[in-house]
Amino acid sequence: MLAARVMLEQGIHVEGINFFTGFCVEGHTHAIRKKDKAKPKRNNALWTAEQLGIKLHIIDVIDEYKDIVINPKHGYGAHINPCLDCKGFMVRKARQWIDENNFDFIITGEVIGQRPMSQRKDTLPVIAEESGAHDRLLRPLCARNLAITLPEREGWVDREQLYDFSGRSRKPQMALAQQFGISEYAQPAGGCCFLTDAAYSTKLQDLWQQRGEKTYELDDIMLLKVGRHLRPRPNFKLIIGREDGENRFLEGYRRQYTALRASSHNGPLVLLDGSYNNDDLHLAARIVARYSQGRDSSNVTIEIEPQGSDNSQTLTVSPIAVDDIPAAWFV
Amino acid sequence: MSQHQLDARRLLCPMPVIRTQNYIKNLNSGDILEVTCTDPGALNDVPTWCRINGHKVINTDAAEDEIRITIEVDGG
Repeated sequence: MLAARVMLEQGIHVEGINFFTGFCVEGHTHAIRKKDKAKPKRNNALWTAEQLGIKLHIIDVIDEYKDIVINPKHGYGAHINPCLDCKGFMVRKARQWIDENNFDFIITGEVIGQRPMSQRKDTLPVIAEESGAHDRLLRPLCARNLAITLPEREGWVDREQLYDFSGRSRKPQMALAQQFGISEYAQPAGGCCFLTDAAYSTKLQDLWQQRGEKTYELDDIMLLKVGRHLRPRPNFKLIIGREDGENRFLEGYRRQYTALRASSHNGPLVLLDGSYNNDDLHLAARIVARYSQGRDSSNVTIEIEPQGSDNSQTLTVSPIAVDDIPAAWFV
Repeated sequence: MSQHQLDARRLLCPMPVIRTQNYIKNLNSGDILEVTCTDPGALNDVPTWCRINGHKVINTDAAEDEIRITIEVDGG
């Protein structure tokens, strides 16, 4: 937002590009859960573009992005966050976009030293080089700490009106925002991607481990964002809705998975991901019963809809005791 | 002018916006597009995207589980 505003101050025509990888944390995803209802249900990129008065192009890169997550050339950060590869990928996509749409250069809001992996003095040139953007990539907030770029050399941008921010502190950015009269802005970098989240990364690693290969589809990574995930046996996992919002969300997937729900009592919708035999199904039903309002009853009837089938079956089971659910089952 | 419908149900943000954006690329000025969504965020985001890009939201209908947003292409 700030980098774009700095360019707008110099009379440069700016349009925004926002890449949707499938791992983006948005108010909406959180809004599925009741506890987050107070959070604004807005897309921050759209909101920012409107505040700046610029157009925004949202680009679906879900499929292309898989290779970045699965095979990052520069490795992962603290979790499954391939930040340096991700930056290079996004700038490369932006370079392709500006070529196709007759724009002259790319700007990003990066600042030297802001992030430990992708925003270091030695990694910023890697992004410029590997993306193919080279000197058509300008970082207005720290440009005066970096080599001169094409837009500066050509006089399209006045280098003297750019900035020399560096380091982890965001105080200079906050001061500049205040100077521009910007009082509200989106969460700083890092919190906008599920791949930087420890719990989410654990679930994705579990998915890969059980499949025996590092692959995913969009539905897989969306489902990792919601519900309580339990893996009682290596061959299957249960995704248990924690409240009405999540149950409604999981409803959208009930035809793609085997779905279980208590019919004798109120309870959550549960999806079974994986393969199972009758013994597995019995265990799954007992767990579903535990999370229903029949948890203290001797018997709970569970309705089971096998994946892709219109024929449901029922199982009457005793709820599994809470002490019989080991912590290791929780993914 | 022609009428079009887009089913963006069960898609989470920003997919309803992306589908709307990509669908409208192939429409003409004055065409009407009705987008059906289930993500409550679409109620905010689709109109924001329309304002930014010069389209006009002529109606929104938000029921309990389903949202319908009617857009006039280039009507903003």
